[in-house]
Amino acid sequence: MAKKIPVGRRGFLKGAAGAAAGAAALVANTPAARAQSAERSATPLPSAALAAAETTSPAPRADVYTTDRPGADFMVDVIKSLNFDYVCANPGSSFRGLHESLVNYGGNKAPEFLTCCHEESSVAMAHGYFKIEGKPLMVMAHGTVGLQHASMAIYNAYADRVPVYIVLGNIQDINYRRGDVEWAHSVQDAAAMVRDFTKWDDNPVSLSHFAESSVRAYKIAMTPPYEPVVLVADAVLQEEPMSDADRRSARIPKLTMSAPPAGDSGAVAEAAKWLVAAENPVIVAGRSARTPKGIGLLVELAETLQAPVQDRHFRMNFPSLHPLNGGSIANADVVLGLEVQDFWMATHTQTPINRMGMAARPITKPGAKLITIYSGDLYGKSNYQDFGRYAEVDLSIAADAEATLPALIEACKKLITPDRKRAMKERGAKLADASRAARERDIEQAAYGWDASPISTARVTMELWNQIKKEDWSLVSDANPFFSGWPLKLWDFQKHYQYLGEHGAYGIGYGAPAAVGAALANRKYGRLTVNIQCDGDLNYAPSVLWTAAHHRIPLLTIMHNNRAYHQEAMYLSDMAARANRSVQTFGVGSAINDPNIDYATMAKAYGMYGKGPITDPNDLGPAIKQAIEVVKRGEPALIDVVTQPR
Amino acid sequence: MQKILFAAVLLTASLYAQEAAGNAENGKRIFMRNGCFECHGTVGQGTIAGARIGPPPLNAQGVIRYVRRPAGQMPAFTEKVMSDQELTDVYAYLKTIPPPKPAKDIPLLNDLLAK
Repeated sequence: MAKKIPVGRRGFLKGAAGAAAGAAALVANTPAARAQSAERSATPLPSAALAAAETTSPAPRADVYTTDRPGADFMVDVIKSLNFDYVCANPGSSFRGLHESLVNYGGNKAPEFLTCCHEESSVAMAHGYFKIEGKPLMVMAHGTVGLQHASMAIYNAYADRVPVYIVLGNIQDINYRRGDVEWAHSVQDAAAMVRDFTKWDDNPVSLSHFAESSVRAYKIAMTPPYEPVVLVADAVLQEEPMSDADRRSARIPKLTMSAPPAGDSGAVAEAAKWLVAAENPVIVAGRSARTPKGIGLLVELAETLQAPVQDRHFRMNFPSLHPLNGGSIANADVVLGLEVQDFWMATHTQTPINRMGMAARPITKPGAKLITIYSGDLYGKSNYQDFGRYAEVDLSIAADAEATLPALIEACKKLITPDRKRAMKERGAKLADASRAARERDIEQAAYGWDASPISTARVTMELWNQIKKEDWSLVSDANPFFSGWPLKLWDFQKHYQYLGEHGAYGIGYGAPAAVGAALANRKYGRLTVNIQCDGDLNYAPSVLWTAAHHRIPLLTIMHNNRAYHQEAMYLSDMAARANRSVQTFGVGSAINDPNIDYATMAKAYGMYGKGPITDPNDLGPAIKQAIEVVKRGEPALIDVVTQPR
Repeated sequence: MQKILFAAVLLTASLYAQEAAGNAENGKRIFMRNGCFECHGTVGQGTIAGARIGPPPLNAQGVIRYVRRPAGQMPAFTEKVMSDQELTDVYAYLKTIPPPKPAKDIPLLNDLLAK
């Protein structure tokens, strides 16, 4: 049996020099050589070098590069200890060692490699996956060009409080960089570019260091407030054999997750006192439901107090048809904000964009007491301004809302006297009446434009609902404001996976890949995943459709094809009217037409079912039904619907 | 009393004349060309960004007044941007839009009302 000889990368480079002569023979097939040969006779004889290369044995190499234990194998052991289901990436040479080890040494399981075509898609898939499954995915990318592609999606995840575990390839040691590509792909401080919008990063210089930082990164990412983290996997560490010292001493530290921070007991008791005494308390929910359990806790608090809930829909916080869904901040004497990143915005009104100047005023009445429970108060960065305006409140509890709710509910229950209970019951009955009336108005409003073409968003919403209402469905796209919020007004949302909220930072290009990631998480539960897909968003990186087809990810995509970046079209009209100029130019730079994009054909090109464009509302129901049959077979399907702007 | 009645008749006649003066076909063209549909929908059904205006809830004068000095998010359109005649034509177009069927007569919506 031949003895394996561990040889370093430098040794391999010596051998590679010997192969250069052979490689020279291939020069005859370069574009320049082909251009030259075209000027000669039609059937040129092979060159002497090519003939020699094809008829003689290659020169023996100086040595052989093999190892039974590249560093990347140990990295895979570490990664496996963190129990990732998938790793999203398009391939990159700076993490090729890790890529190979994940597939061959790791068996391409836990994590399984998902082939992506854009790093932005990789991160957004992880973003969507987390919001269903509550587990982060791993993403790999070049430390330079890959991270630049990924950065916008990382910012979205950061602003949306979603952990993504990002591993970057990089060649730190200049002696190991071959050629201009590897120099251009190398960076002194890889994570610097995204440090403003990630929670933690490290650049390990040994495998032991990699192990410890990997576990630490996971723990930090998964301690509320959740955020993305970055770990650099040095290419030399990946590809070189594990050193004797590392073989002896490298170990994987134990991961113990931190319990989420709950609010101070005195502050919670004070909040309970105010809430129970209030005549018109209102609860505002941002990302209150951090886990599926959070919905039940919020329902319990609202029902205990008979207080309305204004759901800002950054997560599925509260059942949409619950009689306490609604309420008015303007009438409130106590407002409780639960994980509301933009609490100031929730409690103030500002001059519209098309008016001159800027003024703001509170929408709460004078003397109203404001309480926040917000984990964002425990952590923050300064450069990117997603934190919003400073909220002046009366009681600020720096804690995770979901972790605090059990104590708050308990404290409220203890304070409720029979008199208060009676008053709360009367309040609850009035709120239920108001909620019912609002729903009836919404249903009547949905009838307007019912037969219009382009098809109204209300009609699309109801044709879709008619086909999915008896299924275990999951709407994974943002419905508000681009779809006029119709699903949120008309459908019966109850479960955590039925609505995922928004992008985070409004970085367009999130929708399609996040939907694919969410559908991937839903796959093992057999849920019917539905994505109402904005056309402008899909065009950022449509290749994620191929990823869905390739990995057999069942997903129903309904195109919201309004053929424009309509938000911007409206802004252009605003600006033109403000400047007393023609409003007829709103489509310049904002319309996506001439030619119209054929999304059904696009879907087919990526290997999935595509149907449309559908312009007659009466054709929509049958088309959705047919597409659902495809999805139930385990495949993605897309229906192109030509829609009203909003 | 007679004077008031006379004034009311005159006002009604005047409004009728203005409404009748609108060219619905041209109004539709303006409605689309000037981007009114962006916020209000192509048949004025209303969206999250703009109120329902088809059929119009105001008379022609009311629409013109509102467009000149709107509330909320709507930008003000001066005469330089849209003339009174153009707005009158838009109003005439909006008047041609029939009210929708009641939700109870649309099976998919009635299904919601029933619950």
